[in-house]
Amino acid sequence: MRNALKHLSSKGKRGAWIAFVMLAIVLLALPFFTEELFGRGWVRIMDFALLYIMLALGLNIVVGYAGLLDLGYIAFFAVGAYCYALLGSPQLGLHLPFWIILPLGALLACLFGVLLGAPTLRLRGDYLAIVTLGFGEIIRIFLNNLNAPINITNGPQGISMIDPIRFGEFSLGNTHELLGLTFPSVHLHYYLFLFFTLLVIFISLRLEDSRIGRAWMAIREDEVAAEAMGINTRNIKLLAFAMGATFGGLAGGLFAGFQGFVSPESFGLTESISVLCMVVLGGMGNINGVLLGSMLLVVLPEALRHGSGPAQQLLFGKTLIDPESLRMLLFGLALITVMLWRPAGLWPSNQRRRELVAENDAAQL
Amino acid sequence: MTASTSSSLLRVRDLKVAYGGIQALKSIDLDVAPGELVAIIGSNGAGKTTTLKALAGLLQPSAGEIHYRGISLQNHAAHQLIQEGLVLVPEGRGVFARLTVEENLQMGAYCRNDKSSIAQDMQHIYKLFPRLAERHMQLAGTLSGGEQQMMALGRALMSRPKLLMLDEPSMGLAPMMVVKIFETIRNISAQGVSILLVEQNAKLALEVAQRGYVMESGLITLSDSAANLLGSAVVRRAYLGS
Repeated sequence: MRNALKHLSSKGKRGAWIAFVMLAIVLLALPFFTEELFGRGWVRIMDFALLYIMLALGLNIVVGYAGLLDLGYIAFFAVGAYCYALLGSPQLGLHLPFWIILPLGALLACLFGVLLGAPTLRLRGDYLAIVTLGFGEIIRIFLNNLNAPINITNGPQGISMIDPIRFGEFSLGNTHELLGLTFPSVHLHYYLFLFFTLLVIFISLRLEDSRIGRAWMAIREDEVAAEAMGINTRNIKLLAFAMGATFGGLAGGLFAGFQGFVSPESFGLTESISVLCMVVLGGMGNINGVLLGSMLLVVLPEALRHGSGPAQQLLFGKTLIDPESLRMLLFGLALITVMLWRPAGLWPSNQRRRELVAENDAAQL
Repeated sequence: MTASTSSSLLRVRDLKVAYGGIQALKSIDLDVAPGELVAIIGSNGAGKTTTLKALAGLLQPSAGEIHYRGISLQNHAAHQLIQEGLVLVPEGRGVFARLTVEENLQMGAYCRNDKSSIAQDMQHIYKLFPRLAERHMQLAGTLSGGEQQMMALGRALMSRPKLLMLDEPSMGLAPMMVVKIFETIRNISAQGVSILLVEQNAKLALEVAQRGYVMESGLITLSDSAANLLGSAVVRRAYLGS
């Protein structure tokens, strides 16, 4: 999948078309192979990986491109998820269709993005991090406590029985038989999430290469100089918050429809930090890196959960440490190792690579 | 010595800026005529950088008038001024360290959308600074201090300035490099760009400038032709070390 995604981002090269078709086939067949090889649970993990990719790409706009450290990013995910949950569940008795709620959730998250961005325009670095952290917690605590005096969010119990994502009569919550193949719910969600993930990747790629993208990077590097270049730093920073939040809200809506249940505890600080880890570990500001980082951070803890037990059996003949407690230890170790060995991330951004090329050219002269 | 109202490109009257309760600029009057190279000299904390920042719209003055090409700049934001040709090269160069030299130069043309002439201007900059052409794919942060200053100048030129404001272009550079940078400033001026130069290196600044202002704790204390200032006993004692 990693190689496949690399092909996706290489633009207009020879054989790109063949690579594209191959990639499409691989991506379409992936849930079936995964189910065959590892079981259906792993298809579900892949669904989550796609949601996290969307989240990480959204955060990458704020942190990677514009250089604004946001520790409360999961709040936008929460806004999207709760928007979907409230408008499509027995909680308020509303059952609006998915194609209305999802854009609405993304839009609402976008507004919250501006709401967070506007008062923090003058803050940078650690100060901004503290404020955004507070913002994330405020949203979570609100959701936790908005069950009295009027019950809106159902408090810590969360909202359950959320409508599945449905296109007319075709519900993604059920198993369907199509063209002689059986598509369970997780497979159907995989295709839907894949579509939105590709959309988010496409938008990110276009943004990266645009006037706005360059303005974000200029602000990241030096805000005063960026302003002196004629960049309207206020609007451009707000736009970064809004764009990032929109992606988060979108992923949130999809999450609520997929899970059928949301509760405030899914949107804690650790989640914000996980998404930030995906961006930093993969390579800030580089789409390929962010994709790699998100997939690794979703798959690795699961693989450790499933793999560390059998590995101990093989090595010592018995299970010495409970795999459940061992996996987070190994995961932490893996994070530290990567950060020590590759401080710029597993897949650093283009600029560094281009610089190396330039140096080689200079050496040949 | 001040240029008359009609012929001046920039006309500043009674400009005041405060940081909280501290008056950084008490009252500044200055003028720049079209095509002129004017230097502001003065010691640390005199308010030189504050003056430039206020002119560039990066700081809100508490009082005073700024007229640029006959228009009052009361309600102009920084990003609008650059479109009018009022361009600042900030102190410490302000390069975009993790962008390449070429991308940095392109950022200078951020407010322009005439693609073909941007490309032409880029070639012109590379001709002016061959060193930048050699290193166009290199990250700006890996350039030497002098090269960064050249790039900052080139980037400012990409926006086709009418009035270029330079804040301490000699700061932190090797003496050889300082000479080179000042040669370039003289060249840019010879091409008809008006320049307002802020410098601690008073001797060099007054050697390239036509007129000069001496600034002390938020006030202009002297204003004269550069040659006269260079010869003045007060300036020699206070800023030229002899």
